[in-house]
Amino acid sequence: MAERVIGKVGRVVGPVVEAREVAGVEMLEMVFVGDERLVGEVVRIRGDAAWIQVYEDTTGLRPGTPVYGKGEPLSVELGPGLLGGIYDGVQRPLDVLRAQSGDFISKGIHVTALDRERRWEFEPVAEAGSEVFPGQIIGHVRETELIEHRIMVPPRMGGTLMDIAPPGEYALEDVIGRLKGDGGERELKLYQKWPVRVGRPYKTRRPHTVPLITGQRVLDTLFPVARGGVVVVPGGFGTGKTMVQHALAKWCDADLVVYIGCGERGNEMTEVLLDFPRLIDPRTGRYLMERTILIANTSNMPVAAREASIYTGITLAEYYRDMGYHVAVMADSTSRWAEALRELSGRLEEMPADEGFPAYLPTRLAEFYERAGAVETLSGADGSITTIGAVSPPGGDFSEPVTQHTKRFVRAFWALDKQLANARHYPSVSWLASYSEYTDDVTEWWDETTNGEWKDLRSSIISIMQREARLERVVKLVGADVLPDSQRLILETANIFKNAFLQQNAFDEVDAFCVAEKQYRMLKIIVRFYDLALEAIKKGGTLVGLKKLGVMRDIMQMKFEYANEDAGKLEELEKKLEESINEFGSIFG
Amino acid sequence: MSSEASLDRPRRRDLLDQREYVGIEEISGPIVALRGIHDVGYNELVEVIDGTGRVRLGMTLEVSSGAAVVQVFEGTSGLKLGSTRVRFRGEPLRMAVSPEVLGRVFDGLGRPIDGGPDPIGEPSDVNGLPINPTAREYPREFIQTGISAIDGMNTLVRGQKLPIFSGSGLPHMHLVAQVSRQARIVSEDSGFAVVFAGMGIKHDEAMYYIRNFEESGAMERAAVFLSLADAPSVERLITPRVALTVAEYLATEMGMHVLVIMTDMTNYCEALREISTEREEIPSRKGYPGYLYSDLASLYERSGIIKDRPGSITQMPVLTMPNDDISHPVPDLSGFITEGQIVLERDLSQRGIYPPIAGLPSLSRLMKDGIGEGMTREDHAHLASQLFAAYAHVKDIRALASVIGEEELAPVDHTYLKFGDAFENDFLSQSFDEDRSIEQTLDLGWKVLSVLSREELHRLTEEELKKYYRK
Repeated sequence: MAERVIGKVGRVVGPVVEAREVAGVEMLEMVFVGDERLVGEVVRIRGDAAWIQVYEDTTGLRPGTPVYGKGEPLSVELGPGLLGGIYDGVQRPLDVLRAQSGDFISKGIHVTALDRERRWEFEPVAEAGSEVFPGQIIGHVRETELIEHRIMVPPRMGGTLMDIAPPGEYALEDVIGRLKGDGGERELKLYQKWPVRVGRPYKTRRPHTVPLITGQRVLDTLFPVARGGVVVVPGGFGTGKTMVQHALAKWCDADLVVYIGCGERGNEMTEVLLDFPRLIDPRTGRYLMERTILIANTSNMPVAAREASIYTGITLAEYYRDMGYHVAVMADSTSRWAEALRELSGRLEEMPADEGFPAYLPTRLAEFYERAGAVETLSGADGSITTIGAVSPPGGDFSEPVTQHTKRFVRAFWALDKQLANARHYPSVSWLASYSEYTDDVTEWWDETTNGEWKDLRSSIISIMQREARLERVVKLVGADVLPDSQRLILETANIFKNAFLQQNAFDEVDAFCVAEKQYRMLKIIVRFYDLALEAIKKGGTLVGLKKLGVMRDIMQMKFEYANEDAGKLEELEKKLEESINEFGSIFG
Repeated sequence: MSSEASLDRPRRRDLLDQREYVGIEEISGPIVALRGIHDVGYNELVEVIDGTGRVRLGMTLEVSSGAAVVQVFEGTSGLKLGSTRVRFRGEPLRMAVSPEVLGRVFDGLGRPIDGGPDPIGEPSDVNGLPINPTAREYPREFIQTGISAIDGMNTLVRGQKLPIFSGSGLPHMHLVAQVSRQARIVSEDSGFAVVFAGMGIKHDEAMYYIRNFEESGAMERAAVFLSLADAPSVERLITPRVALTVAEYLATEMGMHVLVIMTDMTNYCEALREISTEREEIPSRKGYPGYLYSDLASLYERSGIIKDRPGSITQMPVLTMPNDDISHPVPDLSGFITEGQIVLERDLSQRGIYPPIAGLPSLSRLMKDGIGEGMTREDHAHLASQLFAAYAHVKDIRALASVIGEEELAPVDHTYLKFGDAFENDFLSQSFDEDRSIEQTLDLGWKVLSVLSREELHRLTEEELKKYYRK
């Protein structure tokens, strides 16, 4: 369907426009509203009226002006050139917008998402005359040093590849192949389009077995997430949600990161734009920006585009997943998305449910989170999307609707704690309120990497932390002085674990990111300390004496002093610990 | 659509925009509804003229063919259905901006009330436009406010938005006056132009600020916008927008560094709630509209620095937390948008400590990039972190002491109590006209830490301890 006039503006209420005298419009069709041709989407049709949510500021929009239908749903362009880009919620490249309209975003500007001029080196892998299936990889483009962009037959298309372009440089609009199938003959280009609200197809779901290593000890060791998993990070303001999301985007071992800044601060996006092109990915030695796509719809940009932004982001992620990549999606924050939903729902005069949110909030949340997962792609490769959604509960109250509904659809919960943040204990992930249901899924992987020790070490430390939480209640009433040394050792070990292990300095060169091996060895040293110290105390040693051992300072500083490459050297520290405690204990033995 | 029609539309609109309508359909609180008019634009300026000829300004809140809902900023008292005349201006509310706005006092809609002439200048849409995130420069220039609790632990940087969360009866007024007087960039030795938006504040409070600006000589670099407590509440919705439009002009066009003070944001939010309730919109928390977050963001996000332009906007909004409740929607949603918050604490204030800046809930998100070697001092980050950690421990021990009594505490806990007192009385506390340099602040921080033994200071490095501890 081509573009045509579908009606005219009848009523304007903020970002919602009611069009009148409407004919032949489709639900969720993309439209242009008014003389300024503001981008919008049809969200309700009744008789000859249609309701449109508009992705740009509607100031000055007048009734009686025309509404144009685009003949297709709101879609994104998928092709080389996405990586390293920064887009708004409806995939308009912000740098191009800036070049066209200056430092402030004005409205009614239409630009394509992908650069049509740029030429890409294309290398075909399919042969002319062969039968191809939907999702099959027919060629490659080197998109960045890091990522090879695999050109695929679009989903729902297949047949005989009549011809395919020879190796060479092509622009996006150049035809690189022709396909003959049931629907007739189709041209293939380096890019394809896909509607954002529909998940891209895959062959089957795969079980989760491999953890997404985030480099954050508290997460990987205590609350791991599997590749293809979904996590929610709830936290009131000032608890460091964005810091956690940034750290994950920087250091997690996904092939690709899609970062959705949804209704958040402008300066935070600027920080990412400033940091990522300079930071080096420790695994690949390349700049982080080469594996990152940013979607920025800051809090003061139009609210309807904020609603669309998470769909735009996840669709881009699915496209790279289909190539066989492991993608991590950070959505910061889904509460702002839910609020956009609430605002639009209110303007549509729908009946509200909890706290003014529409009744379909849980459905929409489920739809979004279900687009994550580990899959076998149409072309038979392994791909995954891990989604990490931040939630900003009002007043830090986790019983509010967005947190509660989200909890139903995710399997890991990283609760950020105000008290920890106040003491500047970062990441402020609460070890008591958080959980992960992926632990069992990834235990095998960890045990293989750590000589089968991970599971036991982990349960030892968790048991110490639980006993500490119980003891703390006693201490709050009577003070720590009355406890016997064996119990004070639990407090002491927990303290070491909190300060030397859980706390991680995102701004320290060595500590910002921690590889799996270092995490395991550090954990082992702390658990060993507890076992050995308990023995020494039983023999008659005192905790005060133990604390004076020189090796204790080494343990407190090990996160800073052993670089990731030198994680193996922690074995020597473990030996030193054993020796000094044994020596200490032998006085009494 | 034919091309002829598209050419015709703007011309026809010009004629229509000069039309005046007599009679309105409905008056309800600050809102009036009209029917039988031409198709007017959304969010555009309206003039409502009462029987005496007085012109009141308003804005379209909702438009549909031949009808509009208008909010009247200057109240609807005295309006009659039959005789009220209405003109649609066909443009959004604009404020004339020029350097001449400095040194002047305006009402909440940007009209002078100091007896001077109307400012002449380029009319600018008060709604502003969102800054493209790719056009932003990341703020990292340290602003010395001369207040230890801010400079040392919650550092303000140029282009940041850092609100003050206060309570009724707490001395935010003095704190704001002190900051606007003392704030400067040390390396450039330059001060700030001040744009002040007073929303729903009392006459004497407004006079206090103006007197302060005059006494410190800041008035000639200040523009003051006042929508006082007795002005119609809806006017407050415009006041910060007018003020920010002026600030944006001074920053982007004149290259000035602007400090914007908006007080009190709670009054602003209440005006928003009033309109929303009047329109029977679906409320979210505590009757505030669901779009409160987006609306606040449209104000707070009008700050920062733009690449390759010399000026900047630093915001210091003030809000009072109803019943000192930080989880109330106004402070809560503000905290999610602003880059930190300075929280004032009643307990400290009652003990006579000024400024009563709460040690733990206060935070500056942009601090990390504005401090350290070359900006403040190399030990700043670790020192601040250690002060936070130690003070958090003091709070725990005080809670414990209130249960078991101070005598029962372990010796090390006693030193923490001593540290707590030193921190509050020597570091936090300072006088209203005391302007401490950053070195003084940091040295003071080390001095209060020296109460604790060296083994307790986990967050400082060996070198830092060697250089500064008990020196």
